[in-house]
Amino acid sequence: MRRIRFSPLLAILAILFSASSSADPLKVGFVYVSPVGDAGWTYMHEQARQIVSEEFGDQIETAFVEGVAEGADSERVIRKMAKSGYDLIFTTSFGYMNPTIKAAKRFPKVTFEHATGYKMAKNVGNYMTRDHEARYLAGMVAGAMSKTDVLGFVGAFPIPEVVRGINAYMLGAQQTNPDITMKVIWVNTWHDPAREREAAESLMLQGADVLAMHTDSPAIIQAAEANGKYATGFNSDMSVYGPNAHLTSAMQHWHNMYRDKIQAVLDGSWKPTSVWHGLKQGANDIAPIHSDVPDEIVALVEQHKSQIVAGDRNVFQGPIYNQLNSIMVPEGSQMSDAELLKFNWYVQGIEGKIPQ
Amino acid sequence: MRIEKRLQPSRTMVLMSPVLALVLTLLTGAALFKLLGHPAGLSLYNYFINPISDWYGVSELLVKVTPLLLCAIGLMLCFKGKVWNIGAEGQFIFAALISGYVSLQLLQAEGFWVLPVIILSGALAGMAWAGVAALLKTHFGASEILTTIMLNYIALNLLLWGVHGPLKDPDGYNFPESALFTDQTLLPLLSEDYRVTVAIYIALFMLAVVWFVLSKTLFGFQIRVLGESARAANFVGYNSKLLIWMLLLFSGAMAGVAAVSEVNGPVGQLIPTLNLGYGYAAIIVVFMGRMHPVGILIASFLLGLTYVGGEMVQIEQGMPKSIVGLFQGMLLFFLLACDLLIHYRLVLPNSAIPSFSSRRSKQVVS
Repeated sequence: MRRIRFSPLLAILAILFSASSSADPLKVGFVYVSPVGDAGWTYMHEQARQIVSEEFGDQIETAFVEGVAEGADSERVIRKMAKSGYDLIFTTSFGYMNPTIKAAKRFPKVTFEHATGYKMAKNVGNYMTRDHEARYLAGMVAGAMSKTDVLGFVGAFPIPEVVRGINAYMLGAQQTNPDITMKVIWVNTWHDPAREREAAESLMLQGADVLAMHTDSPAIIQAAEANGKYATGFNSDMSVYGPNAHLTSAMQHWHNMYRDKIQAVLDGSWKPTSVWHGLKQGANDIAPIHSDVPDEIVALVEQHKSQIVAGDRNVFQGPIYNQLNSIMVPEGSQMSDAELLKFNWYVQGIEGKIPQ
Repeated sequence: MRIEKRLQPSRTMVLMSPVLALVLTLLTGAALFKLLGHPAGLSLYNYFINPISDWYGVSELLVKVTPLLLCAIGLMLCFKGKVWNIGAEGQFIFAALISGYVSLQLLQAEGFWVLPVIILSGALAGMAWAGVAALLKTHFGASEILTTIMLNYIALNLLLWGVHGPLKDPDGYNFPESALFTDQTLLPLLSEDYRVTVAIYIALFMLAVVWFVLSKTLFGFQIRVLGESARAANFVGYNSKLLIWMLLLFSGAMAGVAAVSEVNGPVGQLIPTLNLGYGYAAIIVVFMGRMHPVGILIASFLLGLTYVGGEMVQIEQGMPKSIVGLFQGMLLFFLLACDLLIHYRLVLPNSAIPSFSSRRSKQVVS
């Protein structure tokens, strides 16, 4: 992180130091969609930035811009970073995809990496985590802990990434509770604590006693805590927001991917690739499970986790039925990555329709 | 201590008030930077000078100014006539949806008529959305402040429905975005190196037109009379209902053109996060610009600068994003405070200054 403080002594030291160091550091920029805050999506990207920044030391120099709206503004920020001499720029929200591609055309010598999109170019790669694997494990805990057999899910946008997570959560819950059902509310925003909380309240009124979300703030954990219900978090460990309510969190860790990509650029071996890491590569995990959860459930979750890591189990392995009870994935087969990228149907047990 | 109305506000001070507000904002900003542990001088430089220190920076400021100025032009006329249209945001969004739909239909079309049709569709859509508020006001006496705000939310949800539904890119993996517009449906760039489009010329032209209408025509005079008193306007035989219609429709059309300037300009497709608040920010622009064409031109540059400058101090100095909102808030706060003190004055208890017939003067706070 570059912070300029006005101290003449420091300035002289800095000049002496920069003159003596042999190579210029690689400048790595990050563009964040929401404020960093203390939890959630952007917070985890920021954690990863700090980790790699520490690891690479003076080989790299990093900076970030937070709360950049998806739209015309994001292209300006991305271009401004490219123009200010940044060599590698990570854009960390789906809505930055086309702005990143457009900016990349203008700055062919700069390397761009876009999170959660599907487009690539000569100098644009993309990356995301298999967060559905962690969601599946969190869903197992949620299913076991529900007394009303109703889960509640607050979704941001009905895009494949979120639908995938919802389905994985449900499939996990079915492992521990065959009678489980789930209600979903869409809030059409990644980050709006007030609306997320409102949706959570409404889900609880409809009988949900374990909540989950695919949005960025811990609002639903707080709502569950206030109402004596349970919830599972997302992105980061959200236990501080609800010591009684928080069962576990489906977490995403970005630093391994950032390390690989930065190293590749430093080595000159970078190529546009599509990286999709999961539990196995440490890109996903779950937070420590609440002490209310029975030991046999914790053991079962651990078992499924090691099976997924070992490749003996897939979250989306058959048989999987859709809402109309017709078989979508037959026994013995599993969904391909291409199918996962276009996921646009709910598995059995989820109520309502995906807005189309 | 109380506040009483001045008999005659100083004309110089009315014009100086925005300048004073700006100076106060800069001073407070400097103190704030210092408190945050950043050198004040460098931070102010990065915020207000660095972003426009090269042509690319200036061009990016123009990208920001274009929709802001277009919205403000329409709102200026409305506010002059005391028609409180808070709905430029909704008119912008609805126009974006309709002109975006038209653009998507014309992706393969060729010909000189394509862009004019798109711009016209945007203007008409903005007018239609503003027309709803005009109808509710003139026929049912519904406050346009409330109706236009509510229409903003309706428009936003229509846009969300559009990009999540029928206008979604069929090859877009179910992501809520339309297909990318083709070159012939995009506004021409002033230069290949920058993102500014010809829409900035449209904005400047309309600004000149509005200045002419306000200062040289009977219609402009009628607007001012309506603003002073709707009853007076009726007494002298002006059709105040017609005036309200005209003002709202014009303002809607301008917001509609602003939408086209953004969607068929730097964005280049329909996305759910189109609304960056230009319609709301334009309200600040109009008041800061003293409802004068030259004033709003300056104010729109200033407000645009608070956005791009905020990005700059984030990149250069790692300051938090909220600095942008803080600067805009301070600017408006100091402006309103200066305005208050121009029209009113503080009277301290046991004040030595004799209060001129204080019983007749209007007391605001006691």
